[in-house]
Amino acid sequence: MSVTEMFSFIQGFLSADQDIREDIRKVVQVLEQTAREILTVLQSVHQPCGFKDIPSKCLKARELFCTVRNHTGELKTKFPVEQYYRYHEHWRFVLQRLVFLAAFVVYLESQSLVTREEVAKILGIEVDREKGFHLDVEDYLAGVLILASELSRLAVNSVTAGDYGRPLRISNFINELDSGFRLLNLKNDPLRKRYDGLKYDLKKIEEVVYDLSIRGLTKEQEAGGDK
Amino acid sequence: MSKREDDRCGRKRKTEAGYKSEDCMNPDSSVIAAFKVFQQELDTKHDKHERLVKISRDITIESKRTIFLLHRVTSVPDVEEILTEADVKLDSVRQKIGQIAEELKGEDLHQFHRAFTPGIQEYVEAVSFHHFIRHRTLISLEEINARLVFIRENKGEGEVACVLTFQITPTDYLLGVADLTGELMRMCISSVCNGDIDTPFQLSGFLRQIHDGFSYIGNTGPYEVSKKLHTLRQSLGKVEDACYTLRVRGSEIPKHMLADVFTSRAATHLDPDEPIV
Repeated sequence: MSVTEMFSFIQGFLSADQDIREDIRKVVQVLEQTAREILTVLQSVHQPCGFKDIPSKCLKARELFCTVRNHTGELKTKFPVEQYYRYHEHWRFVLQRLVFLAAFVVYLESQSLVTREEVAKILGIEVDREKGFHLDVEDYLAGVLILASELSRLAVNSVTAGDYGRPLRISNFINELDSGFRLLNLKNDPLRKRYDGLKYDLKKIEEVVYDLSIRGLTKEQEAGGDK
Repeated sequence: MSKREDDRCGRKRKTEAGYKSEDCMNPDSSVIAAFKVFQQELDTKHDKHERLVKISRDITIESKRTIFLLHRVTSVPDVEEILTEADVKLDSVRQKIGQIAEELKGEDLHQFHRAFTPGIQEYVEAVSFHHFIRHRTLISLEEINARLVFIRENKGEGEVACVLTFQITPTDYLLGVADLTGELMRMCISSVCNGDIDTPFQLSGFLRQIHDGFSYIGNTGPYEVSKKLHTLRQSLGKVEDACYTLRVRGSEIPKHMLADVFTSRAATHLDPDEPIV
């Protein structure tokens, strides 16, 4: 093979690669749009009037996740399944957002941490790499950390809306998350940096809880505050 | 009702009294159990990454040593002896690549690509340099990959030996060849200094072909390729200048003084950071 032939071959390879990436980008754009729609629905729980509507908002979000599943189904077809990590960077960001949104819905419904398996089911993807387009564990963890920030904001707004029991429950939840994260041996990568932000979320929530406790506001709610 | 209620009831009362809830965290909670699984998964992945980085470093070192060895062909009479010695070194590098193939068995190689790409690029540089000295042509990606097939005896009961392969990607090949051009440039200058006035012209033609190939690819490759194109142009410039000097002034200067002309002329083109060839 001459030098020219070799470079022709490589150029063909690079062209084909670019085409695949273009296809992937298009689907990811649509996914991002749907993610923004879900976020818009869920954001409204921060407003005082949004509080009572939480169940219906969760239902609406769940409906939108149907659309998400269609998109992920399409995304899977755009590249050979065994090359997931070759193109991973294209959907890493939107997948983390979707994990956060799924975790947020589940938290609003049941005040528990969504498992990796549950998220995968909601998003229409696998947990294990061998089975197909899967959810990388670090993307799951990143999404969970985004949830922590959102909940610290929700704690603040709950008080404003008059719900004094919720911040306590959020505090316990986030503390447990923090204990979980402490078990991990993280490298100096983006996930580690995101985890470093968790302590600020914790601090904010603890301040809310403190503000309520010293004013005796939590005791008022204890009788009717437990779910 | 949340399945977490039982876990939290005890803690809730203590939190209100102002105690830190992490002191009473329930170690049996499903969240903690899940995170223990994550810990194992992450540790396994990081460990594999580290092992691959170590192997890659070994490959880089041995490949670089091979390249230094190969440069000596311009100054010793027995080229074949050096090529044979280099063959042995490259074989040991291939064994290391076999270790990479073992680590990547059942994995998505792109997940760990960052760990081993430096070593692989260095190997491509070394093996293509070796090939050029012997054959005066560019080794193809197919030829490189054909030698990266490893037989592993299966230690299980009467099972067939398995065949492992490592496939170098076109991108890593491209980056290795880009680095090769730097070595060819050095070879050109040093061969002239040793009185060889044929090699520079051969090299010039060859380098031009490679440069044209890279120009053809342009920006469609990854950005590292575009970066190396810049260095490639400089290397080609030096080689072309050397050929010009030989052509114009070569007949005027006695061979034994040719080296001096080139050392001083080459020096005018050098970047401040580059070592003197």
